[in-house]
This record gives sequence, structure tokens and C-alpha cells, in this order.
Amino acid sequence: MTGLDAAVAGIGATDFSKDSGRSELRLAAEAVLAALDDAGLSPAEVDGMVTFTQDANQEIAVAREVGIGDLRFFSRVDYGGGAACATVAHAAMAVTTGAARAVVCYRAFNERSGRRFGQPDAGLGGQPSSQGMEMSWHVPYGLVTPAAWVAMFARRYLHTYGATSEDLGRVAVAMRRHAATNPAAWFHGRPITLADHQASRWIAEPLRLLDCCQESDGAVALVVTTTGRARDLRRTPAVVTAAAQGSGAGQMMMTSYYRDDMTGLPEMSVVGSRLWEMSGLTPADIQTAILYDHFTPFVLTQLEELGFCGRGEAAGYVRDGGIELGGRLPVNPHGGQLGEAYIHGMNGIAEAVRQLRGTAANQVSGVRNVLVTAGTGVPTSGLILSGVSN
Amino acid sequence: MTGDGELRELAAKQAALGEVAGAPAADPVNVPMIRHWLSAMGDANPVYLDTGVAPPAMAQVWTMQAPVSGDRSPVNVMMTALDAAGYTGVVATNCEQTYHRYARVGELLTPATRFTDLAGPKRTALGVGFFATWVITWYADAGEPVAEMLFRVLKFRPPEKRAEPYPLRPAVNRDTAFFWEGVRRGELRVQSCADCGELRHPPGPMCPRCHSVNRAHVVAGGEGVVYSYVVHHHPPVPGRETPFVVAVVELPEGVRIVGNVVGCPPESVDVGMPVRVTYRPMDDELVLPVWTPRES
Repeated sequence: MTGLDAAVAGIGATDFSKDSGRSELRLAAEAVLAALDDAGLSPAEVDGMVTFTQDANQEIAVAREVGIGDLRFFSRVDYGGGAACATVAHAAMAVTTGAARAVVCYRAFNERSGRRFGQPDAGLGGQPSSQGMEMSWHVPYGLVTPAAWVAMFARRYLHTYGATSEDLGRVAVAMRRHAATNPAAWFHGRPITLADHQASRWIAEPLRLLDCCQESDGAVALVVTTTGRARDLRRTPAVVTAAAQGSGAGQMMMTSYYRDDMTGLPEMSVVGSRLWEMSGLTPADIQTAILYDHFTPFVLTQLEELGFCGRGEAAGYVRDGGIELGGRLPVNPHGGQLGEAYIHGMNGIAEAVRQLRGTAANQVSGVRNVLVTAGTGVPTSGLILSGVSN
Repeated sequence: MTGDGELRELAAKQAALGEVAGAPAADPVNVPMIRHWLSAMGDANPVYLDTGVAPPAMAQVWTMQAPVSGDRSPVNVMMTALDAAGYTGVVATNCEQTYHRYARVGELLTPATRFTDLAGPKRTALGVGFFATWVITWYADAGEPVAEMLFRVLKFRPPEKRAEPYPLRPAVNRDTAFFWEGVRRGELRVQSCADCGELRHPPGPMCPRCHSVNRAHVVAGGEGVVYSYVVHHHPPVPGRETPFVVAVVELPEGVRIVGNVVGCPPESVDVGMPVRVTYRPMDDELVLPVWTPRES
């Protein structure tokens, strides 16, 4: 139905920390080796690799460390965290077409102990590239951090729909509640209350500290191969039912403020409609979703863009417990990037695979299809992963 | 402030005065000063004390005075005028001494000064300035010249201290230079397509509507309304004091632009607030368009 014949056959990760104490290349190598071990594949059987353009570890360097030999397919996906699901999309197309037989997708960084994305980079606006020119309309005014870029959208959203800081806080509280019972999460055992959220300091109004995801060191890797081959491997395959990338008209990196409307994420709508079209599924067919949560406001927007609720209804959906374990659509049972770790969206894909295998820390019952999204506010991507019986 | 022409006129007047006598030395040429000077200079030549003469290079020593306020000597008049004209820096550039004979112990020396020349303004590494030259002659009791000295200084205008460069600089290229040029002239320029008239911000090299690459601009009226905004608190941003407000401002011309809202407390900013553009120099080069509240 989808034209794709691909599945995630293995997942691997390092520990998630604030100071890994090791190089990013070592993190990448450790995660890739763990994913191959999970799949039951040897490094010699890998012939394709995909990562983010932002990743500091070239495919060939990771291949050398792990002992991967000949590569027939390698690809990099741009636009920050928007690349996460697209790494699997590229890998799925590669194995479907036969360009490669087994592709490893990975992302590794010391985002807390090394270069922190949340810190201002004065040089962002100084480059004569198209992105530098784009940033030059914003950076000179001090609009220079991801939190502030997102806050600009959030203010308009809150204004338009009469939502409040507490509505954003409920997203953070749910993610931290999920993380509290996930031993792999940085915030394991550390839930927060709405009062904690409201008491946390302003970062960029209307965003408070607890609206912002954490900063993490760590790596995640995924092994993608054909569904048939995956069936013969060690683990239950997570079938790639649909995979899509999306960018919208008037798209910019984090600052698409010049479109008619600032309350939506048109690029996520592009991804969502393609996912529904490819899979033949509807929101009612999704048992749990992994929604990119670097900042709370865009979780609300995604619920709307993907059709889980109507425009302006997400705050009510969350207020009713809709995104919590046991709710209408448990979102990020692992705790997301607000609760588990910020690995640029890749840890969420691993969680989707665990939910399908039935091995998640906070297992949702009867999971057949999981929708996963990548970075928001940027050109992005998404997946629907399904159990093999689908 | 005195103009350069006036400075040159004043210099000509001082030169026309010719040699103007100064106050005689307080003390005659004497052994203790000579001994002290030789010791300070490390000059072991016994000829001076043996024969009762002063080292010629001591010429200035005998008559040098602490600066006196209200001194109307030609040199001082000229220096005061240069200071007043902004040429406050000073550096000595030439000192040429001519010795006619030894000054003898017991002689009382009297200086006389001729202001000879003011040249400039000239561009120098230190800044723009004038070279001022004068000649001092020391006379013995009988009016006999003992030594003379040509002295030249550069009086320069110290370059104004440059503001610390603002760190958050925009990249500017041939697609966007018109905007920043406009800002420097106090104009908020919005790109317009020279063929179909479509307005567009941020600007770009090709009209997305008709694909024309012929670009023009209109000057916006300068009024707008806050469409959305953030109050940045954390983390610290280079070149900025927190908290500060950044807004998306909607213009009646039909485009949006991002800029700071200034001139009011952050808590008074709201969506829908009417604002007007103003221009804020960030350093010696960069000017940013920013927004202040206006009556609706």
C-alpha cells in the first residue's frame, strides 16, 4: 500500500546524561553497535548509513570505528531535529529500492557538555548563506535562541485561542509524569506539578523554564532493513507503514513569521497528510504518538495539524488528560525530550519501536500503529510504524 | 570652536610678533645644578666643573618654569587655541638645538621665543592635526646668544573612541543592502516588484509572484501593530540587556517585520499594540529599526 518495504529491526542507545565524558564519535559508535546487536546483525552486513547534516560524525568515521565495510548508500538530512524521522524515511527508500540492504540511522552529540543549542550564537546572522540572510532579519534584535523563536509562535497561539501558560504547563507535567516511571529517563522519579511549572522562571515569555526540553549528551541508532529480512532477525520488526518529509510555503528555520497565520505548523500538515495518505490510516488508528517536544507549545499545534483534534482544541484535549497514559492518545510514554532526553528526536523513534514490541517502560496496551514526528518549526518529517500483523 | 582658517590667522599674528622675551632665569648658571645634571646623565667628563662652564644641552634647564595659567606668550596662546579647537592631543616631533658658546658659571640667561610656523591640518597616524614650530634663543647678560632650540609639536584631534562593535550583526548582500541603506537614512524600505508591484518582506532576489528580478522599494509609513512578541529573559544575549522585547510587527502596507519594542516597560506590550518605527544606532556602523508605542 505504501510502496515501502522496510522495517526498523534494531534500536540502540547510550546512556543519556549531562556529561558523557566521551567523544561524540564514541557515542555514535556505541549506539550503532548496540542497535546492530539488538537486531542480530553484524557490522559487515551494514551497507548504508544516514544521519543529520548537523551531526559531527561522518558516516565513514562511524563505519571505521564499528568495522562497517563497504557502503553503498549514505545520506544526510538537513534542518536540525526535523531530520529525525527522515533518516528512517531515507533508509526505508534505500532498502525498498535495493540501493542498500541494511541501513543504520544515527544521531550522537554532547549537546549539554559540548555545544549547547539553547545558547545564543551571535554568528548565526553573519553568514552570507541563504540561512544566514534569513537569520539576519531576526538575530540582530536579540531573537537568537530556539526558545525565543518558538515563544513568538506560542504568544500568537495563546492570543488567538485564549489558551494560557497553564495549558502549556500541562504538557510539561504529563511528560515529566511519564518520565518519572521510565528508568532510562533523566527525570526518572522526578515528576513535577502544575504549580512547579507556574513557579519556574521566564525564559522567553510566554515560555517558562519547564516549557523547555532538557539538554542531553547521548546517542541513538536504528537499523532499517526490508520487512522480509527483518522478520528473520532477532527482534519483532517495526514496519515502516508511512514515512514523509515536509516543508511548507514561506518556510524558514524556526522563524516562519511571515505566513498568513502563525498559529499552525503547515510543514507538519504536509507530513501528516502524506502519512495518512500513504498508510490509509486515520488518527483513530493510532494507539500512541511520539510528538516532538523540544518546547511545550508545538505539542498542542501538532495535535491539531495531525488531526487528533480540531484547530484551537488542543489545550482542551490536554486539559482532559488526552495525552497522558490512559488518555485518548498517550503522547510520549517515555517522557519525551522534556522528560527522557533530548537526542534530537531519535530517542522517540526508539520508543515507538519498543511500544510495538511491547517492551516499553510505560507500555501502552494494544499498540498496533505509532505515529512519530520530528523537529517542529523547521522543515520536518514523520513516520507511522506498525506491528508486523498490520 | 575655532575653525582651521582662524587657527592659521592666529598663527600668522603670533609669528608677526617676532621674538618675545621671556622671564630671566631664577638663578645664574651654577655649580650645584651642573653637578646634579652631570650625575643624573652619567656624564663623567671633568671639563665642565674644571673650567666652570655648563654642558650646552643644559640650555633649557636654566629657564624652564612650571606652566603658568594665563601665560600670554605666543606659544601658549597658540596651544590654548588649538586645544579649544579640539586638537587636544600633543606629541613632540622635532627638537634641534644649536650651541653658540658655553654658558659660564655666574651668567644669568634670559630666553626669548619666536613662534615661526603652524602647518596643517594634516592627516597623521594619531589623527588630524597641526604642526606648530617655535624657536627659543637663550641670551647671556650682554644680549649675546648662547644657544637656540627649534621645537615642533603635533597638536592632533584624538580619534573619537569607537563604540564597542555590536555583536549581533546582520549579513548584508546585494539582495538586502537597500534595506540597510534605508535604515541608515531613517527610511523603512519594503521591497516591491518593479514589474507587478508585489510588496515583500523579508526581501529576495526574485518576485515569487511574477518571477521578475527587477526590484524596487517603497518607503513604509512607519506605523505598525504588534502581531506577536516575546520578552526575552534568559539566557543572556551578547550586546543586550535583559529583559527585552522582540515583536513581529504587522505594517498597514501588508507585510510583517521583526524588531524590538522599546521605550515602554515589557509588561505594557501586547498583541494589537500600535507602534511606530524609530531608528537606533547600535554602534558606529549598524542602525536597527525598532518600535515605540504610539497612540492608535
